[in-house]
Amino acid sequence: MTATPTRTGGAGRPPQAARRPAAAGRTPTARRSLRRAVPLVPAVVLLALFMLGPVIWSVYGSFTNASLSGTAASSPRFVGLDNYSALITDPDFPNALWLTVVFLLLSAVIGQNFLGLGLALLTAAAPKAVRSIVATTVVTAWVLPEIVAAFACYAFFSSDGTLNRMLAAVNAEPVDWLFTYPMAAVILANTWRGTAFSMMIYEAALNDVAPEITEAAVIDGAGGWKRLTYVTVPMIRNSISTNLMLITLQTLSVFTLIFVMTSGGPNQRSTTLPIFAYAEAFGLGKIGYGTAIATVMLLIGAVFSILYIRVLKPGDNS
Amino acid sequence: MTTSIASPRRSISRGISSAVLLAIAACFLLPLAWLLLASLDTKATASLNLPAEFSLANFSAVLTPEQTLWPLWNSFLLSAGCAVITVLAAVLAAYPLSRYQARYNKPFLYGVLFGTGLPITAMMVPVYSMFVRLGQLDSVATVALFMAATSLPMAIWMTKNFMDSVPVSLEEAAWIDGASAMRALRTVVVPLMRPGLAVVFIFVFIQAWGNFFIPFILLLSNHKQPAAVTVFNFFGQYGSIAYGQLAAFSLLYSIPVIVLYILVTKGIGGSFATAGAIKG
Repeated sequence: MTATPTRTGGAGRPPQAARRPAAAGRTPTARRSLRRAVPLVPAVVLLALFMLGPVIWSVYGSFTNASLSGTAASSPRFVGLDNYSALITDPDFPNALWLTVVFLLLSAVIGQNFLGLGLALLTAAAPKAVRSIVATTVVTAWVLPEIVAAFACYAFFSSDGTLNRMLAAVNAEPVDWLFTYPMAAVILANTWRGTAFSMMIYEAALNDVAPEITEAAVIDGAGGWKRLTYVTVPMIRNSISTNLMLITLQTLSVFTLIFVMTSGGPNQRSTTLPIFAYAEAFGLGKIGYGTAIATVMLLIGAVFSILYIRVLKPGDNS
Repeated sequence: MTTSIASPRRSISRGISSAVLLAIAACFLLPLAWLLLASLDTKATASLNLPAEFSLANFSAVLTPEQTLWPLWNSFLLSAGCAVITVLAAVLAAYPLSRYQARYNKPFLYGVLFGTGLPITAMMVPVYSMFVRLGQLDSVATVALFMAATSLPMAIWMTKNFMDSVPVSLEEAAWIDGASAMRALRTVVVPLMRPGLAVVFIFVFIQAWGNFFIPFILLLSNHKQPAAVTVFNFFGQYGSIAYGQLAAFSLLYSIPVIVLYILVTKGIGGSFATAGAIKG
């Protein structure tokens, strides 16, 4: 983005306005900046009500015994840290936390990120026809509504699905993927669905690398791998960190894909944190407990969000 | 990164990389091809099969008002409502952020960026109990407002970036003519950034259209549910899944977002629509 001229101070304001006496204890500058902030009001109200509100409500609700039905539904009681101490002793919680980490690392950081980078690098030098075939298939998987993508993956991995049929064609033993390897199935599904995003970020980043730089490296005798690790990757470093943050945050909130494919089962073997919170709150009716899990997830999201902001540093270039 | 130096080794490696790319594309294609072929096959199974005979029977079976048309209309109401609210609030908010240097700019933008990172799925349990407490469960309008709020951080960020690229000198002429800031925004800035606003609108619309979890939790009545939820109920309704009809319904439901996406990339945006949002 190029820096654009920003209107500072009162460049367009008639000069005599500054000499008007201050009214109601406010300086004209303060009044002016207040008046200028008026267009922010609708956005601020919406964000305060529906983004900040739920966050505060989440922290508050996690200290209550709110439930889906019964007396605790209409008049929840304050129970202090009970939900959190229950969370620490609940063996299902470390399980869900661990599966979330595995899901994040394998499907986002390794799957989407590396496959996306690889595709962007390979397509950059590929013939135009190949490039557009790859772009169309990979991006279609990403554009489809999540529930449709989830069904397509469910069918692909189900016991009588396409994958087992292909295995049968090469005389391999069929596997009930969703039952035997539920995590592998949802990780592959999320890689399938999300790779397009990383690919497009990296395509845009590679386009910004000046061809003279790679040409200079070629002249200096740098081979393909050396060129990649010493020239290309350092040049797109910022895009890599931005992409990693964004796909991590997106993958942290993946619910529908896992919900449709395995519903977290069998036996909680694919229950990541969003599925865990859903199952506790709506499956077992423990809203307060589910809210405590939600608060933990929000904290994890907040940490990643802060890391992401530190990488992006808004305002430095605007 | 087009190569200018051609050599035999180069063309062999190009051939290999094309083969690898096509193999990866084939893997990505398999689940998509199933969706398409199953929808045209009355005897569709979970596996990819070439139909014995191509038929549109699955489509005519699901194309009933209560099965498809109402849910799609509900999806449209919810997504369009959400996108209109989002774009309006985002344009208004982006104007002072883009045009004035105020003390609140930086903290506000940091807050907005922070908001883009919050996992919305994590929020759904507290949002549910908040909606219960406010008596807003099953209200389409409030759900649209909530969805607008969740897409607002990204929308403000994108809109501000688009607005930054509209030169301020054009508005100065309007200011000199005595137009207020709001009037300059409406008559000068918005018309100039119409393509950018279309990108933001479509971006928000696509996200809302594809959202399953929010209406699944916050809407109760069947007749208010968008297609994302009815397609799920349809899937869960039968012991043995009617794969052909499921695929047909899924396609009908997906076509609008695919068309909109093509519109953004080929027609309006030119390049990756969110690039403006990410590059800052």
